Amino acid sequence: MKKKIRGRSIRFIMVIAYGLIAVMLMASHGNGAVKHQQWKGQDTTKWPATFGFGRTATAQEISLWDIAIRPDGKGLPSGEGDAARGKVLYALKCAACHGENGRETPGFKLPAPALVSDTLFKSKPKTIGNYWPYATTLFDYMRRTMPYNLPGSLTNNEVYSLTAFLLGSNQIIKPDFILNAQTLPRVIMPAKKLFVVDDRRGGAEVK
Amino acid sequence: MTEGVGQKLNNNELMEENKNTEMNKTPGRISRRTLLGGALAAAIIPVSSSFAKYIQAGVPVGPISDPTKTVGPGPSVLGKRSPFEHPVRKPSDLSSRTPLQDLYSTITPSDLHFERHHAGVATIDPGKYELLIHGMVSRPMKFTLADLKKFPSFTRICFLECAGNFRTGKEEMTPQDVLGLTSQSEWTGVMLSTLLREVGVSEKASWLLAEGSDASLMTRSIPRKGWDEAIIAYGQNGEALRPEQGYPARLLLPGWEGNTNVKWIRRIEISDQPFMTREETSRYTYPVKDKIRMFSFEMDARSIITYPSFPQKVDRGWIEIRGIAWTGRGKIVKVEVSTDAGKTWSSAKLQEPVLDKAHTLFRYLWQWNGENTEILSRAIDETGYIQPTLRQLVDARGTDLGGYHLNPVTSWQIRTDGSVLFKPENWK
Repeated sequence: MKKKIRGRSIRFIMVIAYGLIAVMLMASHGNGAVKHQQWKGQDTTKWPATFGFGRTATAQEISLWDIAIRPDGKGLPSGEGDAARGKVLYALKCAACHGENGRETPGFKLPAPALVSDTLFKSKPKTIGNYWPYATTLFDYMRRTMPYNLPGSLTNNEVYSLTAFLLGSNQIIKPDFILNAQTLPRVIMPAKKLFVVDDRRGGAEVK
Repeated sequence: MTEGVGQKLNNNELMEENKNTEMNKTPGRISRRTLLGGALAAAIIPVSSSFAKYIQAGVPVGPISDPTKTVGPGPSVLGKRSPFEHPVRKPSDLSSRTPLQDLYSTITPSDLHFERHHAGVATIDPGKYELLIHGMVSRPMKFTLADLKKFPSFTRICFLECAGNFRTGKEEMTPQDVLGLTSQSEWTGVMLSTLLREVGVSEKASWLLAEGSDASLMTRSIPRKGWDEAIIAYGQNGEALRPEQGYPARLLLPGWEGNTNVKWIRRIEISDQPFMTREETSRYTYPVKDKIRMFSFEMDARSIITYPSFPQKVDRGWIEIRGIAWTGRGKIVKVEVSTDAGKTWSSAKLQEPVLDKAHTLFRYLWQWNGENTEILSRAIDETGYIQPTLRQLVDARGTDLGGYHLNPVTSWQIRTDGSVLFKPENWK
């Protein structure tokens, strides 16, 4: 490979050849050959208006599974709760994993994340007070999957009370604040103003 | 840890060896180890079941007799790996990692696919499984698994990577430790667009909520730009999904962060806004200077050299450097390798065909002169994005990087004695 070629004309031809190869490579790069194929769900054959597979879901079936709660409060159930009731429930059902007060204990690793700190961005640990942008998420998440050993076992009132306790512990609502479907979506979280949607679309820039 | 698991497997193989010996009535010396293994097998597994004789007997691991003079086991109902091969995942409480260094190409064997779940692996009866699609649709519908399989099907190969896939911190780290939360499969299912056509999605719809049916009822909001390529997958590498990958059906969003690929999917709610679930607000978001970035869906281009890597040893002379590169934004167009600690870079050879949003194998032939050096790789994707260094990422995002969507160039140190060590980098 590294054999020296002394002839001037040969070297000249080599330079031209390499140049041509380089140009060809660049051209193949730019002409769309590397563009990926668009994935399409549809066949080339004509599809019927409907395949007729599946069935209409009943309103009861939908309401049984539809437990999602949006930031505007859509989906929140009736019922209510407050921090005092939440404190009792927390000690009973949450403290074992999240710590006595939901705070990080120095020198001790909790089995689950700490939930309480202050409301200052960049303070550690990242908890409800400084990192959660929507209060409704707390209700949605706790009702879906907490406590870890008995997921889905909390009543709506219990979830309202635990949400109130955690928001209160993070100094976001007052201790006597009653949480319900009307008041919860109005709670403004300190971290909300920090969240921005990723606007990267590829390209050379590192962001 | 890996060694421990390997030893366990060896014991199993010893049990198989013993079964094999019994079944074939092969005369010969039985070692003390084999006897112990046999005793264990007798204590734990009822070997006498009628099914057992159809399970492929392993090749003995102890002293091996001349294979040209020994008739091996016959056909069986289920194949298994050579007893000399022990690729294993590396589990923690929350996840298990794919042994990237043990794979020769880009498909991850299904039993080695990485895992990340939020309330354990759900067990779902396929006969009772149903997928509900409702919300901003003209007709809310439920589909059984059998229904899903009747629709026109679709198959593609793509990677699946956890958004938190990057670990560093010490030299004794394997590719599995560093980047083991990525895997690749050939997925089969029905295109989500096919189902959405069936329910009649409103023109005004812009987001959907995908919900799993595990104990975490995991939910993610998916914007419309992700719907075109989405698959409700029921097949993985030619067979049904593994339970850890969402059996019997999951959402698959090629190139998007793993968490959005909701497993055990049971409900899709069509909406005109995101739901701001826990996994897209307080998790899977990360500080960028004085802000918190959310909804990072596409996985950024990255690569890793899987050979040579810790704890392998290399000899002076020719070394084929091998690795994988991938991007969530289309195809990898180039991988560059440096063998002089990043001073100069050369193009690696890409294994064709290079697939969209897929692990792409690269190779680079290198003659090592036996001196201390570092080898690195960087991926370049079709958008012109070049895999950045950790320094570039810190400059762009600040030091409070968090753990998500971190895709720095990684480096292996080669020492004069041939040992290979990961190069941990600090950014705090």
